[in-house]
Amino acid sequence: MNELLHLLKTNARLTNMQLADMLGKTEQEIAEEIKKLENKGVIRGYTAIINEELAKSTEVEALIELRVTPKRDCGFDEIAKTIMMYDEVESVSLMSGMYDLALTVKGESLKEVAMFVSQRLSAMDGVLATATHFVLKRYKEKGIRIEDEEYDERSMVCP
Amino acid sequence: MNYESVLSSCVQQMKPSGIRRFFDLAATMENVISLGVGEPDFSTPWSIRKEAIDVLERKKIVYTANAGMAQLRQEVANYLEKKIHVKYDSEHEIVITVGGSEAIDIAIRGVLNPGDEVLIVEPSFVCYAPIVQMAGGIPVPIPTKGENKFKLTAQELKEKITAKTKLLVLPFPNNPTGAIMTREDLEPIAEILRDTEIMILSDEIYSEMTYGKKHCSIAELPGMQERTILVNGFSKAFAMTGWRLGYLCAPAPVAKQLVKIHQYIIMSSPTISQYAAIVALKECEKEVEHMIKEYNLRRRYLVEAFNRIGMTCFSPEGAFYVFPSIQCTGMTSEDFCEKLLEEEHVAVVPGNAFGESGEGFVRVSYAYSLRHLMEAVSRITKFLEKYRK
Ligand SMILES: Cc1ncc(COP(=O)(O)O)c(C=O)c1O
Repeated sequence: MNELLHLLKTNARLTNMQLADMLGKTEQEIAEEIKKLENKGVIRGYTAIINEELAKSTEVEALIELRVTPKRDCGFDEIAKTIMMYDEVESVSLMSGMYDLALTVKGESLKEVAMFVSQRLSAMDGVLATATHFVLKRYKEKGIRIEDEEYDERSMVCP
Repeated sequence: MNYESVLSSCVQQMKPSGIRRFFDLAATMENVISLGVGEPDFSTPWSIRKEAIDVLERKKIVYTANAGMAQLRQEVANYLEKKIHVKYDSEHEIVITVGGSEAIDIAIRGVLNPGDEVLIVEPSFVCYAPIVQMAGGIPVPIPTKGENKFKLTAQELKEKITAKTKLLVLPFPNNPTGAIMTREDLEPIAEILRDTEIMILSDEIYSEMTYGKKHCSIAELPGMQERTILVNGFSKAFAMTGWRLGYLCAPAPVAKQLVKIHQYIIMSSPTISQYAAIVALKECEKEVEHMIKEYNLRRRYLVEAFNRIGMTCFSPEGAFYVFPSIQCTGMTSEDFCEKLLEEEHVAVVPGNAFGESGEGFVRVSYAYSLRHLMEAVSRITKFLEKYRK
């Protein structure tokens, strides 16, 4: 992957100046490169990684496995795109292995998520089976530790 | 007991490392953000750790051959041939040591007679002169200069050579300056040494950490391998400082003598670490590459950041240090570091801890995460706004 993308993936809030320093380019070159990546749709957005517990969020999140019947001409795309339309659905991925689609779904309560699965997803044409797993605790997300910082065991100064 | 009369006067006269005092000071403070260490922030690659765990489960941990496990020596030979294109006979020319540190110690002790002079390129790692003194030798510093990017020049070398010169300590890529010596830089040095009886101790512990240019060992140059004791190790390249493993390579007649010292003082280097090191050499090229890439981003970031705030800094091409000048503050290195620690709680190491020629500079390590570096830079920027003249 392009080094700029790699850096933005680790921290999207790096300033253009910081990025320029690290990559041996000018700020302007960085600004242009990012604009280009955004325009081409390579960069789709920027988000924050949040410790939901500290943020006092009451949201619940579930991982949902779906088995579906693919359509003759468009395979899994059509059903995936339909599922994507729901605001509750945070992510949709096509998977290899025991099931076909993996979703993450967010809701205000366990009940709300369970209802969404049973009433919306299970009822969809082509959905053969669902399995819902609630997320109890997140330790790491996108390479970043959610709870504690890693403790630096090294001494403060050494030769 | 009158300990002063009991203890060796040579040891009592040994100066405690300037770094130590600084460490004690930093340890008394809270919320210190340090850029002071000389060891990687990365964890040892998992495959290396896993091998150590497996070895603990499966094997008896007994002494190995004095010079180190045959397979490890063979891997070291393969590695060096691949990296610097120099052939070493794994049976007679390689000794596995307790870190590069032990390798430096036995190399110096192995060649010195009382009164011999040892040329030590400075600024440099702190251990060479005390070891020379304990071996009855005389350390002769060769100061290098900022305007030469802290490279050793032929002229500087020539001026210090006397009839008593026995050994040249050549520490590149350099701690603390980050300087490297390219083949072009080494050639005139080799030219001077070629017709002498002077040996070289080439401390190449940072050989994997070069940016843009590949590391060149002086042993690669014609006529040099026969006079070079090459020191390297696992601490820096593979993030294995606590494993205490390194090695030296030297012509067979030299290695044969050095291994005797090793045999009497150490027996054999840590067995678990030796097994793990085989995996490091054989399987961890990718992990090393990843670390170097990461260091490089940090290096470029710091060089630009320091130059921007007036702490001028040449672009170092090796190790994981930048060595900015603090001239713009008019302070001495020690004053600067003490004030910076007291007022902004940032720890960097005074350049003169690595030799007088480091005065006017500070060593900044980038063996830290970018986030950590950025916080440190913002504190140093604040400090500079107050003290820049
Ligand atoms: C230039 C240099 N040589 C040798 C060493 C010794 O390293 P080790 O004994 O861990 O191999 C160090 C450690 O900081 C160093 O900076």
